[in-house]
Amino acid sequence: MAKTQEMAQRPSTDPRVRGPAEGQAQRARESSYALAPPADIFEDADGIGIMLDMPGVTKDRLTVKADRSELVIEGDASIDMPTGMEAAYAEIRSAHYRRSFTLTNELDADAIEASMKDGVLSIRIPKRAELKPRHIEIQAT
Amino acid sequence: MFSSQPGNGGLIQEFWRLEQEMDEMLGRWAWPLGIRSTARGTFPPMNIGVTPDNVEIYFFAPGLDPKSVEVSAQRNVLTIFGERQVPARTETTWFRKERFEGPFRRVINLPEDVASDRIRARYQDGILYVTAERPESAKPRKIEIS
Repeated sequence: MAKTQEMAQRPSTDPRVRGPAEGQAQRARESSYALAPPADIFEDADGIGIMLDMPGVTKDRLTVKADRSELVIEGDASIDMPTGMEAAYAEIRSAHYRRSFTLTNELDADAIEASMKDGVLSIRIPKRAELKPRHIEIQAT
Repeated sequence: MFSSQPGNGGLIQEFWRLEQEMDEMLGRWAWPLGIRSTARGTFPPMNIGVTPDNVEIYFFAPGLDPKSVEVSAQRNVLTIFGERQVPARTETTWFRKERFEGPFRRVINLPEDVASDRIRARYQDGILYVTAERPESAKPRKIEIS
């Protein structure tokens, strides 16, 4: 797992349900641990659609970056936790999500749209207009 | 990670050690899920925390209609069930379907009895927060020294 400078500096949120007495070093070590959100990917005539499960992530804590070859999704979940709570059991052990997809050049990376609702991120990657299947009119003679 | 402790049991042991460390850090106590526990990866995944007053349960369940989820408790057994519906799409080709779809149910053994009317639940940003108030008898008490 490549750990970039950017990731290392990202403000870490407390992901897990656990006590407050954990040390800084441990926190720093865990901040690089990212969950890959499960994805549904489909294609129709206009483009590719992706849906990702990212519970706890809001619009302002999400980045979707695309260049010609790669689409990178990163987000941090914010989870309301009362002060003084002690951890008892945890199946989700990180609040940082990251997943990337390879883009190919028939897709229009400049026209990607994304929306977030109830912890589900929906992304739409349109195909370049010149590559969409065209309906060809048959002229009556 | 791969370069640390060469010749000390190899990779497998290293992974095993990491897993142990994770478990120690985060799931210090095996929660008494009891016989109703389910395999890892069951939807929705959950975390549990305890405060002096409440047991806080977090279900990571994005994309639900809160109306389709039911939370109930009988003595110390808390149940949630519901269904996640993924809109049907026609004229599409699917490449991946990793997200959970369909009905789900999770049952948790709480450490003590809770009354159904002492449970609050709310749904926000894809997380279902369930707060079960602990009975007076289970709350830590401060004993006055006379």
